[in-house]
Amino acid sequence: MRRVRFGARRSRCAAVVTLLAACASLRAEVPSAVAIRDARVVTVAGEDLPKATVLLRDGLIQDVGTGVAIPRDAWVIEGAGLTIYPGFIDGLSQWGLAPDSPPAVPAVRAQGPEDRPQTYSFERAADMLNPSDHRLEAARGAGFTAAATFPDRGIFEGLGAMISLGSGNARDMVIAQPVGQQVTFRITRGPARSGYPASLMGNIAYVRQLYLDLDHYKQAKEIHRPEYDHVLEGLAESPRVLLPAEEAQQIDRMLNFAPELKTPVVLYGLHEAYRRIDTLKQTHVPLLVSLKWPEKPKDAGPNDVANYRQLLMREQAPAVPGLLAKAGMKFGFYSDGIDTTAGLRQAVKKAIDAGLSKADAIRALTRNAAEIYGVADRLGSIERGKIANLVITKGDVFEEKSTIEYVFVAGRKFEPPKEVHE
Amino acid sequence: MWPVCLAVLLAAATAQLGAAEALLIRNATVLTVTKGTIQDGSVLVEDGKIAAVGQNLSAPAGAIVVDASGKFLIPGIIDCHSHTAIEGGVNEGTVSDSSMVSIEDVIDPTDINIYRALAGGLTVSNVLHGSANAIGGQTVVIKLRWGKTAQEMLFAGAKPGIKFALGENPKRQGYTPPSVLPPGRPAERRYPGTRMGVEDVIRESFIEAKNYQEDWQAYRLRVARGEHPLPPRKDLRLEPLVEVLEGKRYVHAHCYRSDEILMLLRVADEMGFKIRTLQHALEAYKVAREIAEHGASVSTFSDWWSYKIEAFDATPYNVAILTRKGVLVSVNSDSDELQRHLNLEAAKSMRYGGLNETEALALVTINPAKQLGIDDKVGSIEVGKSADLALFDGHPLSNYSKALRVWIDGHEYFDRDKDLETRPDFERKKRALEDKDSGIPHLPTRR
Repeated sequence: MRRVRFGARRSRCAAVVTLLAACASLRAEVPSAVAIRDARVVTVAGEDLPKATVLLRDGLIQDVGTGVAIPRDAWVIEGAGLTIYPGFIDGLSQWGLAPDSPPAVPAVRAQGPEDRPQTYSFERAADMLNPSDHRLEAARGAGFTAAATFPDRGIFEGLGAMISLGSGNARDMVIAQPVGQQVTFRITRGPARSGYPASLMGNIAYVRQLYLDLDHYKQAKEIHRPEYDHVLEGLAESPRVLLPAEEAQQIDRMLNFAPELKTPVVLYGLHEAYRRIDTLKQTHVPLLVSLKWPEKPKDAGPNDVANYRQLLMREQAPAVPGLLAKAGMKFGFYSDGIDTTAGLRQAVKKAIDAGLSKADAIRALTRNAAEIYGVADRLGSIERGKIANLVITKGDVFEEKSTIEYVFVAGRKFEPPKEVHE
Repeated sequence: MWPVCLAVLLAAATAQLGAAEALLIRNATVLTVTKGTIQDGSVLVEDGKIAAVGQNLSAPAGAIVVDASGKFLIPGIIDCHSHTAIEGGVNEGTVSDSSMVSIEDVIDPTDINIYRALAGGLTVSNVLHGSANAIGGQTVVIKLRWGKTAQEMLFAGAKPGIKFALGENPKRQGYTPPSVLPPGRPAERRYPGTRMGVEDVIRESFIEAKNYQEDWQAYRLRVARGEHPLPPRKDLRLEPLVEVLEGKRYVHAHCYRSDEILMLLRVADEMGFKIRTLQHALEAYKVAREIAEHGASVSTFSDWWSYKIEAFDATPYNVAILTRKGVLVSVNSDSDELQRHLNLEAAKSMRYGGLNETEALALVTINPAKQLGIDDKVGSIEVGKSADLALFDGHPLSNYSKALRVWIDGHEYFDRDKDLETRPDFERKKRALEDKDSGIPHLPTRR
């Protein structure tokens, strides 16, 4: 059942409608202009507009406001009873990348940092995109229209890209790249097949050495022409580095370590940040909070007894976003492996139930994430000239009973299947 | 599990305690270790330092006064060999020289074993890399300031160290079976596989370090001449070894056999550096003279041996023999459990070898402080030293005694009574969390 009401303009668009009928099965429709009128608009750029029109053209937001004239060629969506939000942004994902392949065992066991172990700093997410990734549809269903996506292997995981979660052409998906370098600490117990490093301290020492090598490489370039080093070029190209910091002592550790890298840092994880709000506030480091809240494992056996700290973390982690917002800190959310529509919506809801205001939740899911990655000129709010990424709901987007009616990704309309909300 | 929760709350509570207030502990038997025993003695603490020690001290206005009648006050216990509070692996065992890794990077101040050690009177730990490789990682000395961050636990001014290891552990080559490797890649074993190979690794690494040191010296010389050369690549593996050569970093060497101890002393002499401590060193009693001549010291176990071939020719008299031959000796734990009663480990040398009380207590206080180069700050109860103190309910060398209260820099970090008091409350809180987590309430009469 198609839900768009074309109203009086229907006859004028007959040709388009015919064409659309032909490709209805694609679910995404691409008129050159779309106007959603008389809807409540949460712009995130300023005040909410209780009854306004958003006009999209050629993938961008052409206008927004109360007195927007609707051009003759535009499709019109009657927005009465609907709310329009900027499309949500996943701050750190693997969406759009091929599903995880098992990590490759290197041909030679690494004997030290000189062997550049588990280092893919030069690989580009933008070059690996797979538009037919089924997770994109699930993400759109929860209102996500863009994501910072990073390859998922090694210690230096590669150059991430800010991508659009539409469908079609892989190159169309790239909004900005590279947007950063994700670092993950890979701790191996038992036979370390890939060699050095296997411990956390080895991982940290390796990251430190690689950034020192980068310094040296840059110095060398000023004096002579050093041999091209793609590993270091990848690092040099990363505008920021993402460091893992889940527990309180890990947050301290990474805040302490970050200045050594001489690169802007973003921390990700942060489930125990409720113990470090003041510390984090002093640093102004941007944060990405994992939506995968710690909880009792589904297959927990009778001997898997959680200690007090773990229990406390399970209870308090969802309160972290609310605490960060109250302290005036900039944070975004990231899906952290959650790849179902229901899972994503429930996870965001949990933070709101634990004290995050809806306005702050919207900001974290839109503008904050855009600002953290330096793409706020294109994404994150409903303003003239920005990419036409929208979430249109019947009811408040965070209410369980509300439905997401349409999701626009770069001006293309998607209708999430409704059954997932049941 | 409840001690964990207990400790978390206590951490919050103790963190508030005694900022800059004065503290007077009075009427205790004060075992100063370096200045004799004071009956009915008092210790006055101001600004985290010991301000006065003696009889009949009066408390300044606003001071916290602790009446310690019938109790024993000793300097906080120091452990020269610990692996407590290390996150993400004690060894970087993939390579035979892992001097680029540092324990300081991975201190986990939330490790419950810190609190449990405090409860035994321990206040300072030398936290070491494991013994999987000939040259292990960089070590760090911490104060057990439970509830603080890793950075706040670091012992300011303590000279950094590095772990070496000889014998069975570093020559263990590991084995990665071909079944888990890509086709065509042969099974892998790590070099070295023999004791002489371990010696070779150490010598080779120091030859590299010397070359590296020369490269930097040459570079600095050219800069001094006004040239603008490219600096050598900074190598995190060789940097700490250069520091060892320059006397800026201590070597703590894990070893057992006397022949290997002599080997290491020879290599050190040849390369021009000093071994600060020989760790474990169960056969050190055979080569006490050579150890003393080199200026090395020994940190060993009281009576723990025979857990591997190289640890068989041991004796509990090791400590006493070395002490009598003029070697500085400490008794260490190497264990989350032993570190909770190092006072008793020290006491064993009175039974085996006849050390006196003060000599025994020194094994876990002033002696390890000297070995770590922090004896100007801790290790005894003396005016001007940090107020790291442990109050016992009986003589600390008796196994009927237990630690009641522990202070570091004049802050209280352990109080047995408070600990016991807060337990029921913790139990309640934990149950509430468990109920919430499982969705199933506890039965009211669980215990």
